Amino acid sequence: MDKQIEDTSYPPEQYELTERPGYNFLLTRRSFFQVMGSGLAVTFSLGDGLAKSLDETFKDAEDQISAWIHVSETGTVSVYTGKAEVGQNIRTALTQIVAEELDVSLDKIEMVMGDTALTPYDQGTFGSRSVPYMGPQLRKAAANAREYLIELAGVHWKTGREFLRLEKGSIINDKNKLSIAIGALTKGKKIVRGINESVKVKPADQWKVAGKPVLKVNGTSFLTGKHKYVSDMTLPGMLYGKILRPPSYKAELVTVDTSGAERLADVTVVRDGNFIGVAAPTLKRAMDALMAIRAEWRPVSQPSRSEIFEHLKSKASAGTGRNDHTSGDLSDGFARADVKVEQTFHIDYIAHAPLEPRAGVAQWTGSKLSVWTGTQRPFGVQEELEDIFHIPKEDIRVIMPDTGSGYGGKHTGEAGIEAARLAKSTGTAVKVVWTREEEFTWAYFRPAGVIDVRAGVSKDGKLTAWEFHNYNSGGSGIETPYLVSAQKIQFHPSDSPLRQGSYRGLAGPANAFARECIMNDLALSLNMDPLAFRLKNLREERMKNVLEAAAQKFGWSTFKPSPNRGVGIACADEKGSFIATCAEVTFDPDSGDIRVVRVAASFECGAIINPNHLENQILGSLIQGMGGALFEWINFENGKILNPRFSEYRVPRFGDCPKIDIVMLNRVDIPSAGAGETPIMAIAPAIRNAIDQATGKKLYTLPLVPNGLPG
Amino acid sequence: MEIAINNKRYTVEAGSDETLLNVLRNHLGMTGSKYGCGEGACGACKVLIDGVAAPSCITTIGSLAGKNITTIEGIAEEVLHPVQKSFLETDVFQCAYCASGMVIAAVSLLKKNEKPSEREIIQGMQGNICRCGTYPRIVRAIQLAANQKNGHGQTN
Repeated sequence: MDKQIEDTSYPPEQYELTERPGYNFLLTRRSFFQVMGSGLAVTFSLGDGLAKSLDETFKDAEDQISAWIHVSETGTVSVYTGKAEVGQNIRTALTQIVAEELDVSLDKIEMVMGDTALTPYDQGTFGSRSVPYMGPQLRKAAANAREYLIELAGVHWKTGREFLRLEKGSIINDKNKLSIAIGALTKGKKIVRGINESVKVKPADQWKVAGKPVLKVNGTSFLTGKHKYVSDMTLPGMLYGKILRPPSYKAELVTVDTSGAERLADVTVVRDGNFIGVAAPTLKRAMDALMAIRAEWRPVSQPSRSEIFEHLKSKASAGTGRNDHTSGDLSDGFARADVKVEQTFHIDYIAHAPLEPRAGVAQWTGSKLSVWTGTQRPFGVQEELEDIFHIPKEDIRVIMPDTGSGYGGKHTGEAGIEAARLAKSTGTAVKVVWTREEEFTWAYFRPAGVIDVRAGVSKDGKLTAWEFHNYNSGGSGIETPYLVSAQKIQFHPSDSPLRQGSYRGLAGPANAFARECIMNDLALSLNMDPLAFRLKNLREERMKNVLEAAAQKFGWSTFKPSPNRGVGIACADEKGSFIATCAEVTFDPDSGDIRVVRVAASFECGAIINPNHLENQILGSLIQGMGGALFEWINFENGKILNPRFSEYRVPRFGDCPKIDIVMLNRVDIPSAGAGETPIMAIAPAIRNAIDQATGKKLYTLPLVPNGLPG
Repeated sequence: MEIAINNKRYTVEAGSDETLLNVLRNHLGMTGSKYGCGEGACGACKVLIDGVAAPSCITTIGSLAGKNITTIEGIAEEVLHPVQKSFLETDVFQCAYCASGMVIAAVSLLKKNEKPSEREIIQGMQGNICRCGTYPRIVRAIQLAANQKNGHGQTN
């Protein structure tokens, strides 16, 4: 495989793991407006370049556009954004936002998403950014479109603004009682406008479409099997590709004999450096060809699961400074403490395991390349292809149809790159779909890590000292929401033997786990109620609100623990949203089974765009979080993944689900934050603290009980 | 080989050891059934074989002589099947890659047991994975479909 593809020392998603500032490249001009017919286009630009009115000749400023909306002469509204749909239902949420401001029905709105040729540049769909960043841009663009259309109607009727309003796709004239469809106003012209900052958007408490439980906009196509994921696509003359994988990470190819594969009819074998792949007219033939390749590999010795935590700690750097928080005098803080705790936590690698494995379809037309692939970063994949194939970005188009989930695990374009390399040699379109084993082995993992925590608290329940070191798992969500004057918090990058990268909430769930376990243990050592102890050390009202709401729904204060049954509570915040989770577990001493029987969670992320889909995100986060909390872990030995299948890597199923109550706090006075990540952060510590109460056993690992709890 | 799918007979040029999933997706262009694991562990590829849900990724076409296959493409006729309708109304899905397999498994379950308890639904659906974690909504949607079928709502 090409060096660039398999350079595990510095995977492209690493930038997000360490949260360096995002790219802000200027775009090369792509003339979005060529695809536009007559009608009105409103562009939202990142800089001030488009604040003034535009016309078709004003092309330079295109580089600055981050979203645009087009109202065609038939009255359909096309919304162009580089965001991608991976199941978070952002297609629906953004449609609602535009429908709200533009007052057209949802079915008149077409979202054009994640296509590098048609949509403005976007850094990627991750970090809970679509609603808080893309949402306001589209809202503004839609509000401006509304005002321009009203302005055009004013010219049409020679009437003042005060008599005109936009309603259900038409401008109504209250003076002459006439109406005109919004598509009829541009009269064959192409009008391009920028944003007038003085145009008001509708306040959240007046929303009629946004804020409502609208159904998934293209829901039927999924239920009938009609939606085409990339793995479902075919193109005329398309071949199926398979790639030769090493038996373990970093293994070096010693010899290879591809003659057996080449002898098969209609099979193309491609070798380019370490990349060896085959393409054939049927999947079966491609698999037969792959099996016919004889390769000898030299394994490279590397750390295994049994020594991973020692390894990560010993190879860790002093710190990056980036996520560090140091204040006060730590030794003084500990001197003032009446109770101290000190613990080490171990966090295993886990896999995203999106149900649709990586897939890519590629086709070359002369020197131009088109790649369809399910990635959270279509423009990032375009850059990967540019690097690897040494062709200009303008010649590469990456298209991302709605995809079978990502959870932070699809920031890269491996399958698309592999398909593109094969297609370059065959001259036809090629499709590469990874097997489940490939997805479990050659994608990337949520990082493993070691977390050391030392904390002190005074008798009256006030934190006096907080020292927190995360080795390798990441610096996201590392800061503590609790008031403590003396603190030292550091993230220490290390040397990961496995390829690692972003995961839902990044390191947030691991850091919240360690923090909230310690908060529980401190409270218990003072004989304080863990909820009261948290409230006592918090200042942030929004966090207190979710804690109290979750506790109330759960019946926290009235719960009576009994042998082998206990409850736990935890909270966390990230990226402007707040989660609190209570869990009740039971323990069966005969089987060692821990069961989560009941969960109540409260979440607040500002103004709610779609309560139904928000609840679904919280629900999904809680259930996915239960997997990482209880039993998900990657086992590996000397560069080989030992459990790369669903029969060996346990994920939550129907039978694992507890009764779940969700309380959503709608703060219409606060701008909407994203919701795909934070709700996953408090479930693991809530379960752990419940196990503590049920059994008296304090656990310090994620997962908590992959093999049950010894009685 | 001849196979009966969605009340039509198809002749496919494939060996008897070829999996039904591969034949459906790559020979016949019926891509509604999804690949998820290749070992019958996730349910994304489920189809009805003589009315009973089975993973097509570990079913060889040689084993299908005289049997009737129904795929997700054959579940809806003129209008959506009541199970699809209740899934849609409950707004179950996120990425929806598991949707076809879930619908098939639910249809199979309700054929066997018109009024399943929550526990029976969970047991009946245990072989299907939704990695987005929408399970409680799927249970609700199946209950809704069962209620409608039992005359508590619109029937099909």
